[in-house]
Amino acid sequence: MAAPQQPLQAPPETGSMTAAHRELLARTPDVIAPGHTFGSVTDKISGIVLTHRTPIGWFLGFAIAFMFLTILNLTIVKLLFTGIGIWGNNIPVGWAFDIINFVWWIGIGHAGTLISAILLLFRQQWRTSINRFAEAMTLFAVACAAMFPLLHTGRPWVAAYWLFPYPNTMQLWPQFRSPLIWDVFAVSTYFTVSLLFWFTGLIPDLATLRDSAQSKFAQRIFGVLALGWRGSARHWQRYETIYLLLAGLSTPLVLSVHTVVSFDFAVSEIPGWHATFFPPYFVAGAIYSGFAMVMTLAIPMRAAFKLEDLITMRHIHNMTKIMLATGMIVAYAYVNEVFYAWYSGNLFEQFMMTNRQTGPYGPFYWMLIAINACMIQLFWFRSVRDNVVLLFILSLLVNVGMWLERFVIIVVSLHRDFLPSSWGMYAPTKWDFGMFTGTIGLFLSLFFLFVRLLPAISIFEVRTLVPEARVKGGSTTEHLL
Amino acid sequence: MAHAPQTEMIHGLMAEFDNPTDLVEAANRARLAGYKAMDAYTPFPIEELDDALGLKKNPLPLIVLLGGIFGGGGGYYLEYWTQVVTWPMNIGGRPFHSWPHFIPVTFECTVLGASLAAFVGMLALNGLPKPYHPVFNVQAFARASRDRFFLCIESTDPKFDRYATESFLKDLHPLGVSEVAA
Repeated sequence: MAAPQQPLQAPPETGSMTAAHRELLARTPDVIAPGHTFGSVTDKISGIVLTHRTPIGWFLGFAIAFMFLTILNLTIVKLLFTGIGIWGNNIPVGWAFDIINFVWWIGIGHAGTLISAILLLFRQQWRTSINRFAEAMTLFAVACAAMFPLLHTGRPWVAAYWLFPYPNTMQLWPQFRSPLIWDVFAVSTYFTVSLLFWFTGLIPDLATLRDSAQSKFAQRIFGVLALGWRGSARHWQRYETIYLLLAGLSTPLVLSVHTVVSFDFAVSEIPGWHATFFPPYFVAGAIYSGFAMVMTLAIPMRAAFKLEDLITMRHIHNMTKIMLATGMIVAYAYVNEVFYAWYSGNLFEQFMMTNRQTGPYGPFYWMLIAINACMIQLFWFRSVRDNVVLLFILSLLVNVGMWLERFVIIVVSLHRDFLPSSWGMYAPTKWDFGMFTGTIGLFLSLFFLFVRLLPAISIFEVRTLVPEARVKGGSTTEHLL
Repeated sequence: MAHAPQTEMIHGLMAEFDNPTDLVEAANRARLAGYKAMDAYTPFPIEELDDALGLKKNPLPLIVLLGGIFGGGGGYYLEYWTQVVTWPMNIGGRPFHSWPHFIPVTFECTVLGASLAAFVGMLALNGLPKPYHPVFNVQAFARASRDRFFLCIESTDPKFDRYATESFLKDLHPLGVSEVAA
């Protein structure tokens, strides 16, 4: 998956290495550019937050994002006053943009947890400078995702009693045998745990901002948020314990979330949904699309704030390789889907696959195959992995490809019902697009605010990458006696 | 109280270092010299300090385990009680106590309970949030969250002596030694 880990300094003993090894090592960029000190990394990252001058590009980007956020607000108002009839979905296509976008957003969130938790457990040092904003991306993506199931109930305040188990006056309880209720628990737990993990990581950095902020207002705000953190060794010891434990808890959690999302489909009897391989297929797709979104955000961010020495080419290479690996798992699942349809001997399954490839929505299927199975083969080439502009475009295309995958799974399976008399077609309305682009606006607005108001890179963890962070001689005390 | 009156006025004495190696060495020397009530303040976690300061293992793994058990048990109980006892419904002829359906929510509640226990447990054991602490009175301490490493020997230590401890700290070659006002 990732490049083999190596010590930051002091290249390994050269005696046991072949010339090819040495060459490979020399070509692998560092996780942090040489020459940094504890102070310089602190200033570099906190400077983005503490400076009084906001780049003009930030205002421009935020204005565009905020425009789309306004569209979201308009759409929600219209939706609450009129009802979900303003959307294009209707029987037989009962699920459309609402569920496509839910699955798309929640999948995007998964890369953040993978980077912050799973790569921590695997001791992948390169995660350190990208985990913070990837976790923020997770939170914002899950917030966008959660809007769809809530709003597709039409009147969310009425839906509360069948979504959440609380003692209501009707003495009714949720029906716990439904995957949709599992979804409520999975997504809300995921959001809560991601928030705890993210905030825990932020505490020491908020203390840094408190101590280096110049204005009284900033000192107060960061002071309150930092909870009085003072970097005591006793505190760090407990902090490290729970940071590792939260990573260990998040790892099965993130796998469970998209597994449960895939149960929404797999537990039903719709051809094209009813398949046992859906959980791993969905989890791989989630990580694949999530890394594409991390790249989409990281590439402009590192250029705008000149963070190339912290988010190095090593990070870009490794993320591309993860996209390639998970993309190949997704491509394998596409092959499996075709095989299942044929091997099942089930007329409806076979028709579903023929219709998916040659039916009215056929071009969408071939587009997603072109992106998710063919285009990603470009990631094998080093020249492609070195070209950040090209990678940015390819990442955007992967986001499109994964959105199309959910469209094909959901709409194409539904629009040809079991009886030809109930066949139908689906077309989104402007309100569907309003919701979709609106959540993109919400996501980007939150991200713009986050980058300006909080440290987008974990300062205290990047300090540990600085050469002087290692205690020379370890913890031995023999020389003192 | 065995302390001299002036030692009760201060929280302790604090030595400043500019790298973790010197701090760990200083902490080791202080422990071997018999000091117990001391703490180190660093801008990032330093594993070696656990041994150097003689820190004990923390009970957080146990707290997290209990949180997980409580969360998972609570989740399963919620499902059992609502689906079997108070609001039994026939869903496709399945038994009321159809336990395989209860696993996903039980799992999520386990993770939720354990994570909340981890977060709250860490803050509680660390005594946070705590807006005021004497160490913040030291001017140089603002750099503890940036690039400086501090060792503070507290006045509650039986071996603490305003002058002997200061000269002990000065022998550790720090950047400076400051008095921490209480």
